Amino acid sequence: MNRPVHDVFAARAAQHIPRLRRYARALTGNSSAADDLVQDALERALVKQALWREGSDLRAWLFTIMHNVFINQVRSAAARRTVPLDDAAAELPSPQHADRLEIRDLDVAMQALPDEQRAVVLLVGLEQMTYDEAANVLDVPVGTVMSRLSRGRERLRRLMQGLSDNAPLKVVK
Amino acid sequence: MNGHPVSDADLHAYVDGQLSAARAAEVAQYLALHDEDAQRVAAYRRQNEALQAAFDPVLAEPVPVRMHSLPDTRSRTKPLQRYAIAAMLLAVGGISGWQLHAYVAVERAQTFYLARVAAVAHAVYSPEVRHPVEVGADQEEHLVRWLSKRLGTSLKIPHLAAQGYSLVGGRLLSSERGPAAQFMYQDLKGQRLTLYVRVSGDAREQTAFRFTQENRVGVFYWLDGRIGYALSGETDRSELLRVAEAVYRQLNP
Repeated sequence: MNRPVHDVFAARAAQHIPRLRRYARALTGNSSAADDLVQDALERALVKQALWREGSDLRAWLFTIMHNVFINQVRSAAARRTVPLDDAAAELPSPQHADRLEIRDLDVAMQALPDEQRAVVLLVGLEQMTYDEAANVLDVPVGTVMSRLSRGRERLRRLMQGLSDNAPLKVVK
Repeated sequence: MNGHPVSDADLHAYVDGQLSAARAAEVAQYLALHDEDAQRVAAYRRQNEALQAAFDPVLAEPVPVRMHSLPDTRSRTKPLQRYAIAAMLLAVGGISGWQLHAYVAVERAQTFYLARVAAVAHAVYSPEVRHPVEVGADQEEHLVRWLSKRLGTSLKIPHLAAQGYSLVGGRLLSSERGPAAQFMYQDLKGQRLTLYVRVSGDAREQTAFRFTQENRVGVFYWLDGRIGYALSGETDRSELLRVAEAVYRQLNP
């Protein structure tokens, strides 16, 4: 009788799910889209698990796979982008939850960054990867990581400033 | 200050703690004299802090159940069967259409159902004080004979004393495939585990141990030939796995 094989790979991958979800949430700005992204990435990782080299960094490998899934999703979404105006408006921050406003500002500002800049800002700032690790995940040179980080952070700084400067909307009579 | 001018990349690496101590000290000196860059560095630091404050709570959220039951490429479940299982899951209730969609997508729905039913049975019977089981451990022989007869297979009751659990007894339950058995164990502190056993009609299949969490109840479940097993408990995953392995070893000496 065969002993059931423990899904060693799946169990190891599962340890990284919380971090994958955190990154996906910040990357997509939407919790169900984020979980779909993580799910797709995990399924793909299981299919491709033979390509992972034992002893190499599994977290980086999983982030790489998720990044590739994300890029593919962004490309196919861009090909058929028709956002109804009401939905777009619903995504804007409402002023009702003042305490949440800062986080919502951050979310809105993050989503205003180009995808490749947002990814770098998050891998470095949230996931706390080294520049080399981020370059590896995104499959770009370190110099590209640095320039995206620089542009992304500067843009985020201006966006955040703009959002707080304009916070009290003027009532036009 | 030495001869290296401070670059934009240095400022970021300073924020991210990716400079050598010596270089970081140089950058700190530079920032003391350059107010505009110091403000930028402070703003970038605040960005990192704000991102962590906003998104770190995701780390503490429970992982969605669907991520524990990823498709198994070895599965032989046919698509039609999967829809039938999905319809059954929906009938059981408590599963939204959105979740159903996810379950349909996973090949493992069949064994997942086993885990779900076992978790519910655990939640129902393990808190019982006066009637946790129908037949107590003092009548173990009778318990085995009775449940073997009802399930139509020769059952074995694992002994888990070495793992710190003693048998409380067992009961007959129903499953989607007819009769099922539940054996209950407890440790010295009264912490209870239940082993749910049911016979499937045809599938001669072996699966890996799989884990799922239904509210507070964790379940390790597996198929071994015609018999499906699910060990449930409100204990941590590694402890449950330790006991599940012991159960498996005893059932497959």
